[in-house]
Amino acid sequence: MNQSEAFHQRIDDALHNDQLRSNFRSAMSGVMQRRADQFPDEDQLQALREQARAVRANSLVKQPELLEKLEAKLTENGIQVHWAETPQQANTIIAEILEAAGARTLVKGKSMVSEETELNHFLEQRGVEVIESDLGEYIIQLAKEPPSHIVMPAVHKNRREVAELFNEFHPDIPYTEDIDELTQTARQILRTRFANADAGVSGVNFAVAETGTLCLVENEGNGRLSTTAPRLHIAITGVEKVVEKLSDVPPLLEILTKSATGQPITTYFNMISRPRQPDELDGPEAVHLVLLDNGRSRIRVDEELLDTLQCIRCGSCINHCPVYVQLGGHAYGTVYPGPIGLALEPQRIGLDKAGALTSACTMCGACGEVCPVKIPLPKLINRLRAEAVGQARHAAPLPGRGTLRKSGEANVWKLWRYLNGRPRLYRLFTFTATRLRWLTPPWLGAWTRYRSAPRPAAQALREMAKREGFSNE
Amino acid sequence: MSEARDRILSRLRANRPQDVPTPDVYAKPLHWDRDRLIGSFIECMQAVRGEVHRVGRENWVDWLNTELPKRGLKRGLLGLGPVGDAFAAGAADDFSLQRYDRPIEDWKEELFRQIDFSVTGTLAGLAESGSLVLWPDAQEPRLMSLVPPVHVALLDSDRLFENFAALIAAENWAGGMPTNALLISGPSKTADIEQTLAYGIHGPKTLITLLLD
Repeated sequence: MNQSEAFHQRIDDALHNDQLRSNFRSAMSGVMQRRADQFPDEDQLQALREQARAVRANSLVKQPELLEKLEAKLTENGIQVHWAETPQQANTIIAEILEAAGARTLVKGKSMVSEETELNHFLEQRGVEVIESDLGEYIIQLAKEPPSHIVMPAVHKNRREVAELFNEFHPDIPYTEDIDELTQTARQILRTRFANADAGVSGVNFAVAETGTLCLVENEGNGRLSTTAPRLHIAITGVEKVVEKLSDVPPLLEILTKSATGQPITTYFNMISRPRQPDELDGPEAVHLVLLDNGRSRIRVDEELLDTLQCIRCGSCINHCPVYVQLGGHAYGTVYPGPIGLALEPQRIGLDKAGALTSACTMCGACGEVCPVKIPLPKLINRLRAEAVGQARHAAPLPGRGTLRKSGEANVWKLWRYLNGRPRLYRLFTFTATRLRWLTPPWLGAWTRYRSAPRPAAQALREMAKREGFSNE
Repeated sequence: MSEARDRILSRLRANRPQDVPTPDVYAKPLHWDRDRLIGSFIECMQAVRGEVHRVGRENWVDWLNTELPKRGLKRGLLGLGPVGDAFAAGAADDFSLQRYDRPIEDWKEELFRQIDFSVTGTLAGLAESGSLVLWPDAQEPRLMSLVPPVHVALLDSDRLFENFAALIAAENWAGGMPTNALLISGPSKTADIEQTLAYGIHGPKTLITLLLD
């Protein structure tokens, strides 16, 4: 099965899962409303978006210098910095750190970059026990599923499904579908894990070059526990997460939490600048940061596509996407679903592997309107569509460029262009097409799977206009 | 350093985008007076189920002596700083108090299982978002505000700032960050099951701010 067929198969499966669609519809409606409630003043929202965009754009321009500064500051603070070009390298670095420390159990805070590298799988194969500690991540870890949303990883599950999972893995705890009780169950199960884990792994929301500070945004406290209770903390993040100054953080934090979940601020904002100091009584004795490239530096080649890297992973584009709400995250088959997935994944892993994703867009523009850092997502998706069929031109072609090109389709458009450039021929064509409209085939591929075939009108628009008295000009 | 580092940096340098103007420092002055600062802090904290009680500077030990036993909270965790000293000196006899005076590794199980509440100070508060600002240190370590099911935080009402941007500018945070700095805005919560808010997942189930006047 090629990537388009596989994608369409997953779409088909998702569309026939009524429970899944209902779970997504109710979740997305709620989160869109909560976001809107946080931005009552349109002018203030636009000013904040512009500030956040400017901060991210500035940090991307200065990225190499800022990464070097970040490394120098972190090193000065006692945090060890590692660089990885590929997921394999990142995983190996982490496995080696754990091995050197004799760490066999790991609690993890939420990290999408670790999903990119499939870190859990890698470590489990080497005998490390990995426990996801974010409630949503814990649920899907039990279900052996990937996240279906970058902020709300278990949004596709309802309370009954969660209750059944907990019952399957913890049969000694009484069965309940009450959300408060399920939450308390998870608290009890995971507290023992936090107390006993050898190491903690987390992501990073912003890495501040000026002060050498790793910032983490969360509500549950699992991120703080994972980065404080064990002796060892390893953070992993993409190279684009660096920002220049500490003063860059407040606008990003404000627009991130408001856009992501409609909260004025999350419960915890955790800023880590050092490992435990000699007189301190808790916190990890060693802190490591793994900086992962994984295709990001290649995206930078193109000024237009560079905007993709401004993303602060709020998930707002996903929440507002009319396609995502129907399909859910798993149908995309990539780490990042929704509009940001459409823009990022074909660039990150290649158009030959993820180019088909770009068809999952109606060009409605909602994602671009809500993006807190003003990434022109519809424009990028359109550009990638063109790249996928080999039409766009730029210096460094994306991997897999042109792999979705179909000669039949290309010839139809060539013919269309040819006709439109020749008025007489075009008139002959429209005259013939309207008179022979009964010859329109009833079956037109995917279009007629759920719709009737369109038929040309009895007369061309030009003829009707002429009859009504409009002049040719 | 590693080859990966050099290759990543050289790729980034080779493809330098056009310069953009350095963004202005973000400021969001609200020009709020003291009453507005206090009012907003309380409103935001209560909106996320954080308790706020206004207590006289001299009376907070009495408040804890009266209120905590009503909730069945006996086993308290105190730091080694002035807040811990004050409560240790004035606490009612019914409490069983533990000072955080050893490295965590020596008593982790006990901390996770045998503490009902902790009492800490705070560095400041943020009015616009209803946040406590903590710089945990050797005297009041990081886990004090995280592991006990109830966290009591003392906040001086003169230490309220409009927002995070105002605080870091006024107190020049960029000049030197501590090991760990925290903003805490309410008790621990999650909405990971059906987008339904549930409080008390991994951190404190109850956050009590004593706003000291």
